[in-house]
Amino acid sequence: MSFIDTLLQGVLLGGLYALFAAGLSLVFGIMRLVNLAHGDLIVLAAFLILLIVSTFGLDPFLAAVIAAPMMFGIGWLLQYHLLNRTLGKDILPPLLVTFGLSIVIQNGLLEGFTADSRRISAGALETASVNFGGISAGVMPLVTFASAVLVIVALNQLIYRTALGRAFRATSDDVVTASLMGIRPNAIFAIATGLAMMIVTVAALYLGTRANFDPTAGPARLIYAFEAVIIGGLGSLWGTLAGGIILGVAQTVGAAINPEWQILSGHIAFLLVLLFRPRGLFPRAVD
Amino acid sequence: MPSLIETRSLTAFYGDLQAVFGVDIRLDAGETIAVIGANGAGKSTLMRSIAGVIANRPEMILHRGEPIGALAAPDVVRRGIALVPEGRKLFPSLTVEENLQVGAYGRKVEGPWTLESIYGLFPILKERRRNPATALSGGQQQMVAIGRALMSNPEILLCDELSLGLAPVIIKDIYAAFSKIRATGAAIVIVEQDIAQALKVADRVYCMMEGRITLSGRPAELDRADIHAAYFGAETHELH
Amino acid sequence: MTTGFETMSNEIETPQGWRVETRTRLSGIFAVVSLMAVVALAAAPFLVSRGVVQDLFFILTMLALAQNWNLLAGYAGLISVGQQLFVGCGAYALFGLVILAGFDPIFAIPFAGLFAMVVAAPTAFFAFRLYGPYFAIGTWVIAEVGRLLFAQWKTLGGGTGTSMPREATKDMLGLSLLQDWFGMRSSAAADALAYWLALALAALTIGFVYKLLRSKQGLGLAAVRDNETAARALGVEARRLKTAIYLLTAFLTGIVGALIYLQKARISPDAAFSLTDWTAYVVFIVVIGGIGTIEGPILGVIVFFLLQNAFSSYGSWYLLALGALAIVTMLFAPRGLWGLISDRTGWELFPVRRLLKGGPHSRDDKGGPHG
Repeated sequence: MSFIDTLLQGVLLGGLYALFAAGLSLVFGIMRLVNLAHGDLIVLAAFLILLIVSTFGLDPFLAAVIAAPMMFGIGWLLQYHLLNRTLGKDILPPLLVTFGLSIVIQNGLLEGFTADSRRISAGALETASVNFGGISAGVMPLVTFASAVLVIVALNQLIYRTALGRAFRATSDDVVTASLMGIRPNAIFAIATGLAMMIVTVAALYLGTRANFDPTAGPARLIYAFEAVIIGGLGSLWGTLAGGIILGVAQTVGAAINPEWQILSGHIAFLLVLLFRPRGLFPRAVD
Repeated sequence: MPSLIETRSLTAFYGDLQAVFGVDIRLDAGETIAVIGANGAGKSTLMRSIAGVIANRPEMILHRGEPIGALAAPDVVRRGIALVPEGRKLFPSLTVEENLQVGAYGRKVEGPWTLESIYGLFPILKERRRNPATALSGGQQQMVAIGRALMSNPEILLCDELSLGLAPVIIKDIYAAFSKIRATGAAIVIVEQDIAQALKVADRVYCMMEGRITLSGRPAELDRADIHAAYFGAETHELH
Repeated sequence: MTTGFETMSNEIETPQGWRVETRTRLSGIFAVVSLMAVVALAAAPFLVSRGVVQDLFFILTMLALAQNWNLLAGYAGLISVGQQLFVGCGAYALFGLVILAGFDPIFAIPFAGLFAMVVAAPTAFFAFRLYGPYFAIGTWVIAEVGRLLFAQWKTLGGGTGTSMPREATKDMLGLSLLQDWFGMRSSAAADALAYWLALALAALTIGFVYKLLRSKQGLGLAAVRDNETAARALGVEARRLKTAIYLLTAFLTGIVGALIYLQKARISPDAAFSLTDWTAYVVFIVVIGGIGTIEGPILGVIVFFLLQNAFSSYGSWYLLALGALAIVTMLFAPRGLWGLISDRTGWELFPVRRLLKGGPHSRDDKGGPHG
């Protein structure tokens, strides 16, 4: 029973990692940009939610609804005015600029919020759990997982069913021809990063309510997101969810054996996938 | 009254190399003109300049008398100028229908062209609408590319090397659609290496060589030998 | 280390009096000046205070790290943000060999480099499977694995780390000699020894990078960086060359790591595998100075040291400003300070480009060029 319990915890943790990863995956898919500040932006969003919660005494879910459009704005501005300037054949400028950005955000948060660990209180939800025939699961982890599934369904709908989604895919295929369709690639990229930041807000909500976080928590989140994307295979959002689940299960199983091995087991699962399936488990799966 | 499109001493670069040297062409309402010339004559660079893919000085290209040389492609499309690019350039991630739909992304105006009327023009596309665009034959892909450009209901349609790599019978089919396109009142610029085809459909012809206009006029007024000279360069082809 | 890199200059046929040159007059003067600088720096322990020697040690070790990262990212196109792996592995190898195997610390240093290189082999195997930008994060993940694994090594203190025993460093190789000859105190002698090693290492690294870039392999490297597909078509074995560079820089980075922690005498996984200290600062130095040049990191490390001294007491604000400065540099002066200087002046202190000099009519001014 305890093993099944561990497994379930792992799967649900995978939902959180998929939320970390979905934004990264979206941005990479559309503009081949890897944002090394992605994790720090998640932490930034968590602090933003915390700030709204503590200033206005709002429920964290409501606070996230307020934070999401603000994060969209931040993402839009960041992409339009900073990151678009770095796009091109050379992969060095975007990597180094986002690496610099990661340092700027981390230290900005340290100045603004000190190095103390914080947590967003979700009230009674934090301890609530439901029982499935002897196995209990926390309500928050379940809600997290459901949110991840919802986000991926919504993203797929957007990408495959709307005019904006067509513009995303067209721009990803061929920027010059897309511009002949009246698509403004720079604006499309800005919208994509804005959307990614809205997903980041959802991820931040659950990051902040289920565990402590501090300004330096970003890089580890980037790494989990990255591992989920690579395990799942580039180009498939459902693959990213599967990657998140594998990573989550590996971590909880590792932690069950020895608490010090939690993170290490996740990394090892990632390296094993890289060893046997270098293109990930579900490369370009049917979405 | 100003022409629909007019270029004034247009100079343009293909990468680092200058490909167009002081070209003046003019397109009037409802007209079809052809730009002919050999490979590397600068025809595509000229089309890409008008479409805004290549940036120029504003006053080098006029649309209804207004300078548009420096506009970027998305803004040129919004003015009703659509390009069917050389090599078709369909989006491989999109289906046939999505490729057509994305053509209307930047300019959604009431006009003769809708998904339905494009399927009416090229019925085969309706059958294949759910296929990935790149799964089609070359001729069908060219139809998608034309349909995609028409979806913005352009006043001016620029067609770059439509017949490139296609079998003669298919080229005939594609040009057959042109009478219907012209009937909607759109002005058309076609770029061709196929001289006979160009002379057949165009009201006026410009011939380019090495980045310059070497000859222009109405097909009926042009002498075959003059065209050859203007197309290939005089000294090598006086024999013809 | 491996095969000598053949220089190119005498292989090129020189038709009609053209000649390919890679040296400039300025570079000749600079070579003499830099030789004098190395001699002057070598004399530093006799001339300046211990504090200054320690500062110079810091500058030289950061310079060696920066030259290595620059070779990787600026020339081989391998943007690693996991170089802390090799610093950490080198440092831990030193402590392991000294504490557990009783090696002399100085003698252990080359083995520390070898250990880092051995670790780099499987790292390359994994990381090279990742496409461009993901390579960067991949190297970072593997560095994290290294940190977590060394934190499990209880005999070396696990997560909290350990100190170098005094007895081990007290009679390290060459130390008694220094004490006898120059009458140095033991601690000053240890500093001087580490400093000289750092100086030698920095000079050798620069010399090695310079020689590599002027060689046939260096030309191949430039081709790979500019266009891998084209380079492969030209017969340059892009992957092998990149792997060789990756392993070599791991070796050198491991040695620097060992040297730094010999001087620090206290190690912990978090410090030895620190992303900020061993990669972020190094990236900053290279970007500010000018990536893809040998002069850049030299200039960058001096700027970095001055900034560090002046502003590091501001803590997070200082780091924030460093990050912002790196972003601004990348956007507006992507070739860094040295790029700005060499654009204005045309200076090239380490000329690696091939310049075509002379011409037909320098030898035969009546003939003129033939068809």
